[in-house]
Amino acid sequence: MALKILVTAKRVEDPESKIRVKPDGSGIVTDGVNYKLNPFDEIAIEEALRLKEAHGGEVVVVSIGGDKSQTEIRAALAMGADRGILLRHEGPLDPVVVSALLAKLVEQEKPDLVLLGKQSIDDDQNQAGQYLAARLGQAQGTFASKHESLESEAEQKRQPGLKLAADGQRLTVVREVDGGVETLDLALPAVVTVDLRLNKPRFASLPGIMKAKKKELKDVPAASLGVDLTPRVLVRRLAEPPKRQGGLKVADVEELYKKLHEGAKVL
Amino acid sequence: MTNVLIVAEQSNGSLKKSSLNAVGAGQLLAARTGGQLHVALLGQGVGGAPAQLAALGVTVHVAEHAALAHGLAEAAAPVVAALARAVGAGYVGGAATSGGKDLLPRAAALLEAAMATEVLAFAGDGAQVLFRRPMWAGNVVADVELATAVKVFTIRPTEFAPAAPAAAPGEVKAVAASVDAAGLKTRFVSFEEVKSTRPELTEARVVVSGGRGTKGDFKPIEALADVLGAAVGASRAAVDAGWVPNDWQVGQTGKVVAPELYVAAGISGAIQHLAGMKGSKVIVAVNKDPEAPVFAVADYGLVGDLFKVLPELTEKVKAGK
Ligand SMILES: Cc1cc2nc3c(=O)[nH]c(=O)nc-3n(C[C@H](O)[C@H](O)[C@H](O)COP(=O)(O)OP(=O)(O)OC[C@H]3O[C@@H](n4cnc5c(N)ncnc54)[C@H](O)[C@@H]3O)c2cc1C
Repeated sequence: MALKILVTAKRVEDPESKIRVKPDGSGIVTDGVNYKLNPFDEIAIEEALRLKEAHGGEVVVVSIGGDKSQTEIRAALAMGADRGILLRHEGPLDPVVVSALLAKLVEQEKPDLVLLGKQSIDDDQNQAGQYLAARLGQAQGTFASKHESLESEAEQKRQPGLKLAADGQRLTVVREVDGGVETLDLALPAVVTVDLRLNKPRFASLPGIMKAKKKELKDVPAASLGVDLTPRVLVRRLAEPPKRQGGLKVADVEELYKKLHEGAKVL
Repeated sequence: MTNVLIVAEQSNGSLKKSSLNAVGAGQLLAARTGGQLHVALLGQGVGGAPAQLAALGVTVHVAEHAALAHGLAEAAAPVVAALARAVGAGYVGGAATSGGKDLLPRAAALLEAAMATEVLAFAGDGAQVLFRRPMWAGNVVADVELATAVKVFTIRPTEFAPAAPAAAPGEVKAVAASVDAAGLKTRFVSFEEVKSTRPELTEARVVVSGGRGTKGDFKPIEALADVLGAAVGASRAAVDAGWVPNDWQVGQTGKVVAPELYVAAGISGAIQHLAGMKGSKVIVAVNKDPEAPVFAVADYGLVGDLFKVLPELTEKVKAGK
């Protein structure tokens, strides 16, 4: 019944960082920007660890990127993942290439479950998991969430939100969809992408960080996997969106109502 | 291969409004490429939705099958891919709903296509289409080229005008959907709808949202929403705490809204929240903290306690009616 889980750990700009576009529109200004684990991947890693704690198994972390992506793999290992794989690739990445690389890795590692964040907060594409499931011909459960809130008792007890069937062959996924909540039952092996409400990720402990340094981290050139690495999503130009002219303050409700009613005519 | 295929969505036999925006986007694209516009509708018991689409003057391809009843991406993606090939579509798109975001990347993989999510506009010249889309929580707008023969996209419904009814209705064709129902690895279990008598968040003329500042008490938010006939929204903090349904979240990872009036009460204005409401025509912010970042984007900011301000405003609106 033990589960082998492959989980992704992308290195992205810290969501708290101020993102600015270079004057020539060729990219973003990286000076002074911090990097961290994609928040959605962090939730995927937490879920993988909870599933392992509940059912036994192994959690393998993969990051695709340059040298520095090792930091994000180590962060996941410090949370408790068992081993890491860096698919070394410099330069732009897109979901077509990423999913092709992950599919190759799945062929080698044969996990029961691949867990990914539903999107990475740099490109905000929300595609890689779905592409991967299609390539593998597997079931997909996108935007995994749970009924219980993040303040609930189930969450305090760190119970997994993804429920493994007694026979270990199927997984129940609760999904956040427009207009409500959907529940799907997926035959394993499967691909699941996670949403924000699935769990609150743990912090790495000091012993966890020490142990992580000794865990296996395999360094594999992405080019060695026999995948066409040509980017198919070409970002031609970046710009900053038009700024909103805000900032006006009103003194009281009286004035606010007047402005909305007589000025803007929206009330 | 420059025809355009738009995948429309229906629920319980009526067309989703966001599909009208998607068809509108398809029309713009077809005009650019000089191709034909086709629309796909998948499901079981699609009711009046095909006629609603045909009224827009487009060719509608209806695929009905029991296995398509719940919109499972695993079942629907091969049907969309087959149809895209059959009509010679170079562009395949839909609205950036949760269904569109689940299905279209899977269909794109089958078509060996690259994809652009949440497209705001079609940039570039003539048939050379660039997809303009947000990145980094809307901090950046990018023009993106998709370097594959077939190009897939979802559009942000608030950024495209809905398709208008045409003088002559389009043709409705039934498509034989080949679905290997027995071989599906995904099973639908249940759908719990968030029932509401209020307008749908993404379609409402007015939205009143509450955040952590409500401390879990949404009564003043809901009371104001009700006198205004508004939808209720929330920040992630309020949703994570379990105070309100997930479906109410506005932002980078929630709903993107662009109402005539957006009222943010007890919401600090994190970039991820602003990403979902910056397109509103008029923004009102009510917050105790005069330094809250939400004031920078608000047309009218009122520094104060929402538990005092909102009831007063509710009374004003009532009195003004
Ligand atoms: C990957 C990622 C994705 C995210 N996606 C989203 C998203 O889609 N949507 C979203 O909203 N957030 C999102 N967030 C979270 C976001 O960063 C903020 O944490 C969140 O928006 C904060 O919610 P809030 O404004 O309600 O809470 P806070 O930031 O805690 O603000 C509460 C505000 O209420 C005010 N207040 C308190 N009491 C009162 C009172 N009585 N009267 C008036 N004002 C009062 C306070 O002054 C404060 O400004 C995301 C974050 C990440 C990392």
